Amino acid sequence: MKKCSLDMVVSANIPLGSNHFLLKFTHKEQLPEMLPGQFVQVRVDNAPGVFLRRPISVNFVDQQKNELWLLVQKVGEGTRKMSEYKTGDVVNMLLPLGNSFTMPQSAQSRLLLVGGGVGIAPLLYMGSLLKQQGCNPMFLLGARSADGLMQIDDFKQFGEVFITTEDGSAGEKGFVTQHSKLQEHIDKIYTCGPTPMMQAVARFAQNNDIECEASLENKMACGFGACLCCVTQTQSGHKCVCSEGPVFNTKELSWQI
Amino acid sequence: MADLKIRIGELEFKNPVTTASGTFGFGEEYTDFMDLDRIGGIFTKGTTIRHREGNAYPRMAETPSGMLNAVGLQNKGVDYFISSIYPRIKDYDTNIMVNVSGSTIEDYVATAEKVNELDKIPAIELNISCPNVKQGGMTFGVSCAGAAEVVRAVRKAYSKTLIVKLSPNVTDIASIAQAVEEEGADSVSLINTLLGMAIDAETRKPYLSTITGGLSGPCVKPVALRMVWQVAKAVKIPVIGLGGIMNTADAIEFFLAGATAIQIGTANFIDPAISVKVVEGINEYLDRHGCSSIYDIIGALEA
Repeated sequence: MKKCSLDMVVSANIPLGSNHFLLKFTHKEQLPEMLPGQFVQVRVDNAPGVFLRRPISVNFVDQQKNELWLLVQKVGEGTRKMSEYKTGDVVNMLLPLGNSFTMPQSAQSRLLLVGGGVGIAPLLYMGSLLKQQGCNPMFLLGARSADGLMQIDDFKQFGEVFITTEDGSAGEKGFVTQHSKLQEHIDKIYTCGPTPMMQAVARFAQNNDIECEASLENKMACGFGACLCCVTQTQSGHKCVCSEGPVFNTKELSWQI
Repeated sequence: MADLKIRIGELEFKNPVTTASGTFGFGEEYTDFMDLDRIGGIFTKGTTIRHREGNAYPRMAETPSGMLNAVGLQNKGVDYFISSIYPRIKDYDTNIMVNVSGSTIEDYVATAEKVNELDKIPAIELNISCPNVKQGGMTFGVSCAGAAEVVRAVRKAYSKTLIVKLSPNVTDIASIAQAVEEEGADSVSLINTLLGMAIDAETRKPYLSTITGGLSGPCVKPVALRMVWQVAKAVKIPVIGLGGIMNTADAIEFFLAGATAIQIGTANFIDPAISVKVVEGINEYLDRHGCSSIYDIIGALEA
């Protein structure tokens, strides 16, 4: 897939709780094809402490409206600046970057998409494409508490949604790996979220002989395989999360699980 | 339209804009964003005699107006370069120069000898200044005797244009430039990254797995300009300037300080087409200043 540098126009900036926001962008021409799991590199202008671009997962692509969604957590100066974007602002992005989740071999596969915190972002787009292809994906979404849950209604359009919160304020109390849904038969898991959560999910998958793909989020400079900063250790040595990932089969990763 | 052609040793460049080693992969990473044929040259990722895994993650930290890296010369080795990468990149219409790195004189020589056999590689850049590897060359690059010794050995083994990349982590960079000129280097490129570090105050931990790393970006530009200016006055061979060049104006400053060519490094990460834009910008600057050749501004600092 050819990568490009595009000046995108902000069409909406929707706050989601105190810490997250949903940015919608559009472009005057047809957006290039983007795959679930891919990301964009956002250039954040007019933020003095921000030097590098900010890598953000593709949350959703609305083909009808020619719209790209990014779900963003306020972490530092770069993402805080992004939270101030207004409709009509022009933002430069490199896209689409990275590989993608792989589609299941059969539409009958029982698929579980497990997300935590802002890591739910790529699972919405993945879920929408799975649904389009005739699958019935299930979503297991975790957060610290009810106010950390986002886009639940969006997820419900594409499949059944199960929830865990650490404080029990919504769904089942505990971690995603403790949810009762995991007692049922599952063929494949797609996961994105904090590393300890993904490692716990990978451990569960390994112990139960389930295929598992995880989307990683390492610190990166370029985003397209030039700087070699964002590597993760794999069975075949260091691999770039930006260009050889961000999605890896968890068996390939050198995680202590 | 001014004449942008320059010469380094025996080698002609269509324009003086090249891309810095370690920031541009082997060129292929950028072909979606720009036409490689429009720039003067590409310095490849540092290549060593054997495969290197590089340092552990994390290897990068953003810093005020720049970044630290500690990649540690991750590469698949010169034989892999020759068998797998070279065939894919050799026909680009630009000068492709291999950055040769090592830890011992024997490794440098062996790597240079292998690259010497490649028809479409007209020059090497000898990296005696990597700060991220134990004996990653910087041990050679920080003394006149060490720099001279490795250049002398490589010069005997390598017949084409030999560029030596200098470390800024020294007390007198001009004397090191003179030492490598004496041993037959055709050019020097400077500066490599400045040794630095970054700490997370909350966790009391360093951001990099290696604790220290190489600083690059606009924050190093004043140091780089000063060193290019000092070295250009001290040697007769052409100087290739780099360090924090983000746009045309930065590039012009390096020419005025005495650089014959420039390398664009960290800026490629932020705008992957920046090198082509700088070529256009230099052209426009020369026209606006009534210059017919890039040589009109090289070393033209009015001080």
